[in-house]
Amino acid sequence: MSRIDAWRAATETKMRSPKSWWRFAAPKEFFWLTGKLVPGFGWAAALLAVVGLYAAFFVAPSDFRQGEVYRVIYIHVPAAWMSMIIYLAMAFWGIVGLTLNTRVSFILAHALAPTGALWCFVALWTGALWGKPTWGTYWAWDARMTSQLLLMFLYLGYIALVHSIEDPRRADRAGAILAIVGSLNVPIIYFSVQWWNTLHQGASVSLTKAPSMATVMLVTMLIMTFAAWSYSIAVALARARTMVLLREAHTDWAQKAAAAMIAKREAE
Amino acid sequence: MEWGSWSAFWAMGGKAPFVWGSYFVTGALIAFEVLQLLLWSRRVAARVAAAAQWNAVDEASEPAKEPE
Repeated sequence: MSRIDAWRAATETKMRSPKSWWRFAAPKEFFWLTGKLVPGFGWAAALLAVVGLYAAFFVAPSDFRQGEVYRVIYIHVPAAWMSMIIYLAMAFWGIVGLTLNTRVSFILAHALAPTGALWCFVALWTGALWGKPTWGTYWAWDARMTSQLLLMFLYLGYIALVHSIEDPRRADRAGAILAIVGSLNVPIIYFSVQWWNTLHQGASVSLTKAPSMATVMLVTMLIMTFAAWSYSIAVALARARTMVLLREAHTDWAQKAAAAMIAKREAE
Repeated sequence: MEWGSWSAFWAMGGKAPFVWGSYFVTGALIAFEVLQLLLWSRRVAARVAAAAQWNAVDEASEPAKEPE
């Protein structure tokens, strides 16, 4: 038995153990857990968005140079962060799936892709609308924008690839490899403003130095970022949950769960 | 932040198309994603629940079939 086979066997044992966290890699347990998590993250996202939007328009002051148009930042920066983090998360689940052979890992990667693509588009769209009044142009082929556009194509390519392969196991693997290779673009996006001379400004917020923005603005942006995180987790888990149900359609538990979902909705 | 009036708020210092164009397009995309996901999950649940009925029919019509 090779080392990786031994590792997989150990994982399967853990997945069957009722006390281990690994059990949520089993589709049935995953379905149960996400049923609890999705509403929680959904409500958290809604609440954070209400507070964040209020702060963005009624608490945060005007910018002394840009006036009101700077308020695009409260969407633009969280969206750009999410678009990068979600692609890394897809690569992570791809690696987990390829090494441990857990189907739920691949499903999580698939489920994240449309939401990541949404944030990537939002980052590009709001960036264009912010660029026009401040830089005088919607678009420039600088390193930051070009690499972000490449990320958009990587998302669309991933979705197209996974949908074009009929055998789900092959689609899982091909998608995982694209996610892993494509994730090399993420550090390029992040560091592009340092490595090249870009029209796009450098990072306003980083872990290594004090942020170059007012505290009210920073806190508002962080609230919007947490809203985007909660939203993305809720939506991706809800999508993964439905994917699990679809893939397990032949099993007894999935059919019972589907019937219970319909009965619950009819009772409401 | 004191806007003074709602019209001043909606004007966004003369940059309304850029600010609201960002916020409303993002909001619309999020609403679309949530709605699409909701409808899709309902369709899947209906289909999987229907599969259970078909399985029951199959089992009733083929009692001799050996389990795999």
